[in-house]
Amino acid sequence: MSELMPVILALTILIGGVAGAAILTWFERRLLGVWQDRYGPNRLGPFGIGQVAADMIKLLFKDDWVPPFADRLVFIFAPTAIVVAMMMGFAVVPFAPGMMIIDVNIGLLFFLGMTSLAVYSVLLGGLASNNKYALLGGLRSAAQMVSYEVFMGLSLIGVVMMSGSFSLVDIVEAQTDVWFCFSQILGLIVFIIAGIAESHRLPFDLPEAEHELTAGFHTEYGGMKFAMFMLGEYLGLMLISCMIVTLFFGGWHGPMLIGDWLPPFFWFSSKVFVVICFFVLLRAAIPRPRYDQLMSLGWKVMLPITLVNILVTGAVLLWMEGVA
Amino acid sequence: MLSELRTMWEVLKHTFTKAETVQYPEEMPYLAPRYRGRIVLTRDPDGEERCVACNLCAAVCPVDCIALQKDTREDGTWYPEFFRINFSRCIMCGMCEEACPTYAIQLTPDFEMCEYDRQNMVYEKEHLLIDGVGKYPDYNFYRVSGMKTATKDKGEALNEARPIDTKSLLP
Repeated sequence: MSELMPVILALTILIGGVAGAAILTWFERRLLGVWQDRYGPNRLGPFGIGQVAADMIKLLFKDDWVPPFADRLVFIFAPTAIVVAMMMGFAVVPFAPGMMIIDVNIGLLFFLGMTSLAVYSVLLGGLASNNKYALLGGLRSAAQMVSYEVFMGLSLIGVVMMSGSFSLVDIVEAQTDVWFCFSQILGLIVFIIAGIAESHRLPFDLPEAEHELTAGFHTEYGGMKFAMFMLGEYLGLMLISCMIVTLFFGGWHGPMLIGDWLPPFFWFSSKVFVVICFFVLLRAAIPRPRYDQLMSLGWKVMLPITLVNILVTGAVLLWMEGVA
Repeated sequence: MLSELRTMWEVLKHTFTKAETVQYPEEMPYLAPRYRGRIVLTRDPDGEERCVACNLCAAVCPVDCIALQKDTREDGTWYPEFFRINFSRCIMCGMCEEACPTYAIQLTPDFEMCEYDRQNMVYEKEHLLIDGVGKYPDYNFYRVSGMKTATKDKGEALNEARPIDTKSLLP
């Protein structure tokens, strides 16, 4: 049974991830509607949930067209890369005690590596399209993701120092009493911002930037290949939300003072849900920054904050060790 | 940074506000009586056609969607032999209504005129003419303007005012 568990869980995540991303497209539009004083898709089925099926059918029946000027092989490969990379990232997410595919001692690094691989998808997609809008989108995403990767990793060093491990299970266990969102508040802020930039969602969706670049890196994509990009984006959103909960909000632990009296998976999923709602709120509220603003925010604000965070966390830890 | 947080808070407060959307086919929006929608031709209180085929509406129409042909009755009054509005051209600007000297052509608060066939958007006189008086229940053009008949000229009958001399400034 225990040997079959990862296989069953992997299949569950594969199906659940795709289904979750599909439902998220509908949920996001409804939630944006709530915050913008309108309804969003509410016609098909109860609460408009049938919109998901309608969109799927539409995308599935679209002509699977590759532009004659595109680099055919890379063009087809690019959308799969982001989905594969994001799906792989879920392998180390601890949903509940024992409910994870694999507990590796470098879980955090594995997650960072997998999200970095997603850059290739956007970059190659923009390059292979052989279209100037797509190329500009790809260039932007490369610069944006590479620079935000830097302090995305650095912002987690504080968490790693406090828990003393790269294993996500150990990190969750270290938050049994106090969540890291209090002591690592700077790390949390930087990680959220870098996470949005990493999954290139609004307000940091400069690679797509429909006002400037029509659709950015996926200008030339249509049908299921476009759907793969969207699937990857929503999987990335879910993965980042899972990681924020795991690293800063105590993973499967119940809230402090209330305790663990409900199933661990319930606490985990409800916290992930709240974080996803927060990401949708960001999309509803914050306008997209200019490209140079994005870069200067990254290098001039985010990087110093993370460095200060690491320095202070290290100093406090050493001081407490000396006191004890 | 503070302004971004404030923006997020302001947007979050909208969780509890009601949606502005009107669920159209089930829930009809209120349209004022003077709403500019489908064009009709009205009749005077006696049930006669008001239109005198003066062609002013067709002349003023910015998209040239009105076409009509004048004909003369036995008593010398004019009426449109045919009156045709191409609603696939019409922009519901209401200038025909403003131009009309007899309140014959009027716009109504009805905008649901979709057709699958473009040709069905061309309305002939029998489609345009209604039995009612529209927005002006008591108005009869000939009662106001006076009318020349076989036995008398304008303003010559008992209790009938002389026609206004449009060339003079005197009252």
